[in-house]
Amino acid sequence: MMPALSFLRPAVAAAFLLLAVHGTAQKLPSVSLKDLDGKSVDTGKLAANGPVLVAFWATWCGPCKQELNAYHELYEKWQRETGIRIVAVSIDDTRSMRRVAPYVNSVMWDFQVLLDPNKDFARALQVNNVPHTFLIDKTGKIVWQHNNYAPGDEKEVRAQLRKLTGK
Amino acid sequence: MRRVFLRPTACAAFLAGLCAAPCGLQAQTEDGPAPLSISGNAALLWQSYSEDDRIGAVVPPSKTGLNAFGNVIATQGHFSAGVRFESYLGAVVGFPGRFRGTGIGYRFARWADPERGVDVTLGNFYEQFGSGILLRSYEERALGIDNAFDGIRLVLNPVPGVQLKALTGVQRLDFDGRLINGEGIVRALDGTVELNALRPAWDAAETRITLGASFVSRYQAATSIVKDTLVLAVPENVGAWSYRLDVQRGGITAGLEYATKINDPNADNGYLYRRGEALLANFGYTRRGLGVLVSAKTVDNMSFRSDRDLRLFDLPVNYIPAITKQHTYNLAATLYPYATVLFGESSASAEVFYQLPKGSRLGGPFGTKVTVNYAAANGLDTLNLTGVEGAVTGYERLSWGFGPEKYVRDLNVQLERRLSDRLRAKYTYFNLEFNTLATPVTTSFKGMVYADIHVVELQLATREDETLRMEVQQLSTAQDKGDWATVLAEYTWSPHLFLSVLDQYNYGNADPEARVHYLFGAVGYVDGPHRLSLGYGKRREGIFCIGGVCRAVPASNGFEVNFTTSF
Repeated sequence: MMPALSFLRPAVAAAFLLLAVHGTAQKLPSVSLKDLDGKSVDTGKLAANGPVLVAFWATWCGPCKQELNAYHELYEKWQRETGIRIVAVSIDDTRSMRRVAPYVNSVMWDFQVLLDPNKDFARALQVNNVPHTFLIDKTGKIVWQHNNYAPGDEKEVRAQLRKLTGK
Repeated sequence: MRRVFLRPTACAAFLAGLCAAPCGLQAQTEDGPAPLSISGNAALLWQSYSEDDRIGAVVPPSKTGLNAFGNVIATQGHFSAGVRFESYLGAVVGFPGRFRGTGIGYRFARWADPERGVDVTLGNFYEQFGSGILLRSYEERALGIDNAFDGIRLVLNPVPGVQLKALTGVQRLDFDGRLINGEGIVRALDGTVELNALRPAWDAAETRITLGASFVSRYQAATSIVKDTLVLAVPENVGAWSYRLDVQRGGITAGLEYATKINDPNADNGYLYRRGEALLANFGYTRRGLGVLVSAKTVDNMSFRSDRDLRLFDLPVNYIPAITKQHTYNLAATLYPYATVLFGESSASAEVFYQLPKGSRLGGPFGTKVTVNYAAANGLDTLNLTGVEGAVTGYERLSWGFGPEKYVRDLNVQLERRLSDRLRAKYTYFNLEFNTLATPVTTSFKGMVYADIHVVELQLATREDETLRMEVQQLSTAQDKGDWATVLAEYTWSPHLFLSVLDQYNYGNADPEARVHYLFGAVGYVDGPHRLSLGYGKRREGIFCIGGVCRAVPASNGFEVNFTTSF
């Protein structure tokens, strides 16, 4: 059989799978990550105490740091308005993972910061590249996502936060 | 030869099986079966090529190249399964040219119950033990690197704070309409203990201690080899093990890891019979506004692959990251990027992050971020052996310290400051000494390159939601291709549209014919998780790196379309 045709078979099967099963929106997958204190955190429970903004970033990613620094300046206001928590997930691998804590402290972020050095959580959330930001409601469902950062995007984030929390 | 890998039909059956699975496998909740959730992503890169003799642009016979990827993962309760479709319909220039065809390159089924602490994966998986010095399988798609395991993995958390991992499998080597694995079998065990999590009373302790140990063994059939006048048996089973300790108290962290491997004659070490060893140490101190990080690393003969005869990006079992910082500015990142010398090196680095406070005399009204980073690597401190001993074991390592041969020195300083509500500025200075004999990033010069790089980046909010970003970069060196300049201008309309123009100019090349402008323009549209960009122009021959792994990319000229999405 032609290779192109043999490719179609699983593709068709997958398409049927998608159509036939009324799958619900994606939920936060459960992966065990370490926080900056070395404690294990189950990502499936990140939204257990209310909605969270999960932002994937890396110390070598300029736009990511700019995005999180912008959120940092607005964080107090957003928390007051909507009660949102921000979780910054670093995909720095072994080469740069140790730089995460000193960097985060030097810029004084108050977010929960998690380390995903082999991209297990990123892969489970279908992240292609960073920055990629997800808004998760309190049931753990992904309600909004954005794969880029340009200055000004925080306005869109705030609008989505207010929409989600009804505030 | 009979193909024993999963065929597309088998994959369809696999997915169909998944549809049927909900009845039996998932956890029951009070409201009935857990809901099925399906997620996926897709990425596509298409390029067209035209000739350009001045830059030596490559035009493959197919004139265009396409790499495409699509992941689908279905999850229901504790059960999940997924596949990745891949297409290389004329692999994009710079990718391994042997990647061909379209089909399934990755598939897995997994059952994970965090409450009971059991996690089993069948098929493909990625894994990392500790720092990865003994075992790391990962995907760096932009570089065509993927050494996924194909086998079985079990992860157990018998009590809080204790994690045990066991795996066995072969590794992904190639893609030809389907996944092609290498022949070596890897078997591995890893254990981690977070001491503080063992007893509730210890959990509140200010000092946190984590211990870990790994064992990895590779089997590959072998025949004997001849060295000097000796006929030597080649070890078929190669064992390696490591121990690691991490301690944290307040803002202080310290880590130590030691790894060793029995003699493993291989293509990377010139088939020497000698033990491999690695020692990694790091120390950090951090408080609000300040971060300090110091690390040292010596690796001796630690290249570990599931096929001893392969090199470069093929079938690595472990991962040895480069000591230097990963630079992102074009000239600093792509001309002289350092990668660990696999044969062996001694290295050290230090970095300070500091924020000059707002309103202080030096910090200015908005504060100023300062980063200083320094990294150095040399060859090992060794004594070369002669005669039969030299032919078999090569050398004797005298210490863990630096040997005489300089591999790299990299000093970089960055200042970042907001000048007004609308204008931000960054200045970065790099001073590089780079041995192109140790890390062969260029074919036009062999020896030490001494380079200075200055980068000024300005970002101006032109209107509400509109931003202009400019980078001006200049590299000066008397060696290799001489001086370079890069100018980048990028305009963004938040949250959807961007436009960018990049020009790299080799104005200092000794050969006037080679003083070329590499001009590349791109426009892109972003909508939530969907991102589309179109580009046109010249791409310079050079080194493209992600996470300390680099690939040489030939020059090309033409159009480019990039699309990524996830759902």
